[in-house]
Amino acid sequence: MTSVASGVARKKVKLSAILMKISMLFIIGVAVYWLGLNLFKDPIQFASVTVNGLTNGMLYALIALGYTLVYGIIELINFAHGDLFMLGSVFSFAILTEALGATEPSTKNYVLLLLVLLLTMLFCAILNVTIERLAYRRLRNAPRLAPLITAVGMSFVLQWVGLKWVGSVPVNVPTVLPSTSFGFGGVEFSFKAVAIFAVTIPLLIVLTFIVNKTRRGRAMRATAQDKDASRLMGIDVNKTISFTFAIAGAAAGAAGIMYAQTIGTVAYNLGFQLGLIAFTSAVLGGVGNLYGAVIGGIIIGLIQSYNDGLPIGPGQRWSQTMVFAILILLMVYRPGGLLGETAQEKV
Amino acid sequence: MSNTSTAAHHAASNNRKWAIGFTIAVLTVFIINQFILPSAPKQVVEFFNAWFSLTSMAEIMVWILMALGLNVIVGYAGLLDLGYVAFWALGGYVAGWLMSPFLSQFQINFFGNPRPGLEMGIHFSFFFVLILGGVFTAIWGIIIGGPTLRLKSDYLALVTLGFGEIIPQFMVNGGDVAGLNLTNGAQGIGGLDDIKFLGYTIGTFSLPEKFLMISMLAGAMIFFSIRLRDGRLGRAWLAIREDELAASMMGVPLWRTKFASYAIGAVGGGIGGVAFATLVGGVYADRFNFVISIIILSMVVLGGMGNVWGVVVGATVLAWVNSVGLVQFGVVINNALGTKINFPSYQFLLFGLLLVLMMLFRREGFIPEARIRMVMNEEKLEDEEKITDETKIASH
Repeated sequence: MTSVASGVARKKVKLSAILMKISMLFIIGVAVYWLGLNLFKDPIQFASVTVNGLTNGMLYALIALGYTLVYGIIELINFAHGDLFMLGSVFSFAILTEALGATEPSTKNYVLLLLVLLLTMLFCAILNVTIERLAYRRLRNAPRLAPLITAVGMSFVLQWVGLKWVGSVPVNVPTVLPSTSFGFGGVEFSFKAVAIFAVTIPLLIVLTFIVNKTRRGRAMRATAQDKDASRLMGIDVNKTISFTFAIAGAAAGAAGIMYAQTIGTVAYNLGFQLGLIAFTSAVLGGVGNLYGAVIGGIIIGLIQSYNDGLPIGPGQRWSQTMVFAILILLMVYRPGGLLGETAQEKV
Repeated sequence: MSNTSTAAHHAASNNRKWAIGFTIAVLTVFIINQFILPSAPKQVVEFFNAWFSLTSMAEIMVWILMALGLNVIVGYAGLLDLGYVAFWALGGYVAGWLMSPFLSQFQINFFGNPRPGLEMGIHFSFFFVLILGGVFTAIWGIIIGGPTLRLKSDYLALVTLGFGEIIPQFMVNGGDVAGLNLTNGAQGIGGLDDIKFLGYTIGTFSLPEKFLMISMLAGAMIFFSIRLRDGRLGRAWLAIREDELAASMMGVPLWRTKFASYAIGAVGGGIGGVAFATLVGGVYADRFNFVISIIILSMVVLGGMGNVWGVVVGATVLAWVNSVGLVQFGVVINNALGTKINFPSYQFLLFGLLLVLMMLFRREGFIPEARIRMVMNEEKLEDEEKITDETKIASH
């Protein structure tokens, strides 16, 4: 608020700020009460639902990373990113299940899974860089609406590729990972969940290492802050942006193959739903913030899992509505996200 | 600025030409279907039904209504809405609730036209429902736009994307909200009342009259779109679209103006929703999906963002291609070449590529407004970047 505001106006602002605080506390209170109620009712189910939410959250985090990286560097909501993830899952299905015939757990197939994981990451990285090269790069100086609409169009084109590749109905994927689980104090841990942790956590560590500690990463952060200044410092801006898209694509590819192998289905319209969830995660953590994307992904995964799996709750059919409600509440209360600074437009 | 008055005069006469063209086109379609086709030879009737069926013509009018509503948001104010289908759905359900026997807990008849024996439920007059549908969607526009429009405009795109996904999902799930049947679930609400107009009832199957009715709504929408653009609010929208910073310096209240565009744009969707529900005689939740939002956006982009007549032409062409053209061309080409290509499955590719290619090579659309052609092709000024960066630093 400007200092010119009169006394009356100032009072109004204070009242609305108080109302915001009170309503926020109320919403948090309701959420805590709901979780507490469920925790007392059935602690063991609560724990297994939590494990489930964490594994989903890890996948969301991987996709959210792609959104946040791209948004951080060229301020574009890459609507095609969710569909890139979808194509990753379809690609892994085509290679691993159909071409290599790996349909059941065995040592040979685990090795194949790792190989195809790398292949899928490479595929998605190349695809993402190509999209950037063909479409977004030409629009870097265009009005803001143009790249956004292009991203939406790209998302449609990718969906069409997926539609032609796997057809219009979801396809079941016979997974390589064993479907057994081991109990731990009554809580079931499935091997699939373990596999997701084993793949995503090292990936997240490597990604944050690349961005925070390497030369390339420093170039990325510099480009994100000021393109002209980085150019003056001898950074190849185009190459840096391509590199960012490659990393984002690789993360989406990894999420794609892990999704196909753990959830066990691929469908052409998968990317739309998961893209929305993942972007909500990125916003929740603070868009442009790497750790924020990871934390946001985990929180959204947990919330969704609690909503779907707890004995007292709205149930699975309200799952998307729940995520969307969180998005709206974020816009009202913390547009900058949990870790981000305020995203209020400064114009 | 000496030639402003001639420019205005030119624009007015241009508008008149287009308006006459639109009226003639509508009347031609009406006359052909009402008077000529019933006595025409069988082959001609078959040709018309395959390529220019009256249902598709009436649907085109609904698409025009939608596209013009979205044009207020995307074309005038430069805000990206990716979930416009939500307003279509909301408008449709207003008609479903207020013009059918569905809410049988009530029995209200307000200038309504219930079918004999189905007097339970709420029956309002069609025109009253149009207004209520517009008001209802405007309220939803306010709820969605209120918190979002204070932020970067990118967030609006995202929130509307979610909104467009959630509203249809709510309609599907709404068959049982805490025991209440709000929307009749995936089955939807059927059996809407016939429109009663000055004592004359437009029956379920009297398509020509329905077509004329919806065309008149589309015509009204065109009129309001042009008047709005030329008015004070419209000029404020265009100013914001072209340069937010400059507009706010000139005293345009940013939030309030964007907000008005979002609410008014939503009204178009609501009215279109009511019109479409009465056209098909019901409202069905599974019809409303993301593809529709993108098709409407493509219409606005193809014709030329901000230009009313461009959008009307874009909507006509794309709606026809989407509902009839793709299928019919497929039949013709498959017959000629002996192939079995499923043409409607190329819908995604068609609209996706259309958006991408338009943005890359012809951002101003095919029938552009002179001003938007200038703005869309202007490279970002170096100074402008500098100014925004400085304000960023200053406000930290």
